[in-house]
Amino acid sequence: MDIDLLSNIFFAMVRTGTPLLLVALGEMVCEKSGVLNLGQEGMMLFGAVTGFIVAFSTGNLWLGVMLAMAAGMLLSMLFAAVALGFNANQVATGLALTIFGVGLSTFVGAAWVGKPLTGFEPVVIPLLSDIPLIGRMLFAQDLLIYLSFVLFALVAWVMLKTRIGLIVQAVGENPDAASAMGLPVLRVRTLAVLFGGAMAGLAGAYLSLAYTPMWAENMTAGRGWIALALVVFASWRVFRVLLGAYLFGLASIIHLVAQGVGLSIPSNLLAMLPYLATIVVLVLLSRDPIKTRLFAPVSLGKPWQPGH
Amino acid sequence: MLLSLEPRGQQSRAMLWFSPLLAAALTLLCGSLLFLLLGHDPLLTLHTLLIAPLSDWYGVSELLVKALPILLCALGLAVAYHARIWNIGAEGQLLLGALAGSAVAVHIIDWESRWALVLVISAGVAAGAAWAGLTAWLRTQFNANEILTSIMLNYIALNLLLYCVHGPLKDPEGYNFPESAMFGDFSRLPLLSEEGRVHAGLYFALLALVAVWVLLQKSFLGFQIKVLGLDRRAAGFVGFREKRLVWFALLVSGALAGLAGVGEVAGPIGQLVPQVSPGYGYAAITVAFLGRLNPLGILCASLLMALLYLGGETAQMAMNLPQAITQLFQGMMLFFLLACDVLILYRPRLKWKWTKRTATQDALA
Repeated sequence: MDIDLLSNIFFAMVRTGTPLLLVALGEMVCEKSGVLNLGQEGMMLFGAVTGFIVAFSTGNLWLGVMLAMAAGMLLSMLFAAVALGFNANQVATGLALTIFGVGLSTFVGAAWVGKPLTGFEPVVIPLLSDIPLIGRMLFAQDLLIYLSFVLFALVAWVMLKTRIGLIVQAVGENPDAASAMGLPVLRVRTLAVLFGGAMAGLAGAYLSLAYTPMWAENMTAGRGWIALALVVFASWRVFRVLLGAYLFGLASIIHLVAQGVGLSIPSNLLAMLPYLATIVVLVLLSRDPIKTRLFAPVSLGKPWQPGH
Repeated sequence: MLLSLEPRGQQSRAMLWFSPLLAAALTLLCGSLLFLLLGHDPLLTLHTLLIAPLSDWYGVSELLVKALPILLCALGLAVAYHARIWNIGAEGQLLLGALAGSAVAVHIIDWESRWALVLVISAGVAAGAAWAGLTAWLRTQFNANEILTSIMLNYIALNLLLYCVHGPLKDPEGYNFPESAMFGDFSRLPLLSEEGRVHAGLYFALLALVAVWVLLQKSFLGFQIKVLGLDRRAAGFVGFREKRLVWFALLVSGALAGLAGVGEVAGPIGQLVPQVSPGYGYAAITVAFLGRLNPLGILCASLLMALLYLGGETAQMAMNLPQAITQLFQGMMLFFLLACDVLILYRPRLKWKWTKRTATQDALA
């Protein structure tokens, strides 16, 4: 393998890993606060379709991104109302959100399938992008990817270094104690869910405006679900989320590598790889139940109401 | 807050059954609003969606054809969900059943014996069960979350199916279309009447309905499954074997979904095509919840879901509405159901005046 191919693989790895990184960051914050939202796939799709329609109609890509995030938040608000407000089972509510989001996005986007759009173009930073191997990967990407770097740093800083991070964690580990300390548990959880929605919407917009600038039904192809596995993989730690997202990105572009070394495998079989990788990772990580329980937020997925 | 929730202290049985009806009504209401926004006459659209498809016998028979796979998948899911095993993989198990059934059927096109059908069906059922067995194995052996593994297996199954119709199972005389050869007559499920497409799969569905009902309501095994779902620790203390029950619930779930899949290819379709299922396996999740995991409830819910599928097609042809309306209604219904379920455990109270609760009031209450 020559250095150009490797540099290309790294470049593509970050491109494919970015949507996973964005959703997984949102979901991680959400799960840290004790809420399991399985609706990521639905929120991503609705974000993707909203972003595409807005950008296509107005010609303004950034407006598309903003409204995609709003769209993700809108759906997550539904989740918050039912799962947090009405105390419904979080697993079932998340599933409902995904089914609803898939249906809604397909319905809304039916007239927009296959329309061409000029999406975000790569912005090459001179000099820095000439660094061998990692230059293109880090400094020749589109603006949304640079944004994802910033967001990652921001989430890492907030979760690890600020009071807000501690509050989110307290609410997720022990809501009763947090509430007794005077923390507004449900409000914190709602905000975490909304943040997750915005990130999922952004990830969707990245797919439909930058990664493949078009809309196709179910274009997220299970990325929302993979992100959920990614959070488990990362054992709810923010730096591992980054690592995991890019590793999964690598697994999805393995066909580039295969072509590089001259292998020919049917594309449908290669398309299975990210899903297989997810299963393998889950198996490797969950083998030891005690370890998983140590890392997972204690009250993850358990409904909680004040004063009971 | 204007609306407050007051715990009932116990489940309200009336609300248990009223909530799905309320959810359906709210879905219709919301749907009407949506149609109004899109500039369609809501009453006319609802008529096209829900009543027009059933205006003749052909429509009713199509309803049964569509309800069959949904019913089979949902019955299987109910068994798993009673044990609180969140099998989301009915779609993949269905696809694999269809795939395995087809793989057998295209090799025995020339057979002229009833055993051909038996072989095809058994292959489908076995493959569906095996696919769910993978989830059971990953869960019992490695403690891997079944929601995520079964979802991943759905995507893998779909890609496997696409690979097979584009590759090994493609009809050599099919002008390069991604389809298998048509099955031989003896590997097809016989039609029940001259008109319509209702096939012998109906008997399987009825059989499965009774079997699941007996299993869940009358058998010790079903009791164990329910106990496991209600309280894992309690089940462990009485000595119910969790791993075995997880395997059993998932195998039943997968076998029924596999039967649904092979029933589609050996029944109405007659060959393997990429679009074996328009999301029946996912629809079954909604149906299982809507039917309250009760076989009879599921029967009603699956007929309703089939009507939505049928209505979606009619609405597309008659009014040029996207067919995705089916999924949209499906999602809305499940959402409303979960929201309405709050009424089972809580009593809503409207407060006209906003008063802040004080500690003394709370202590007195």
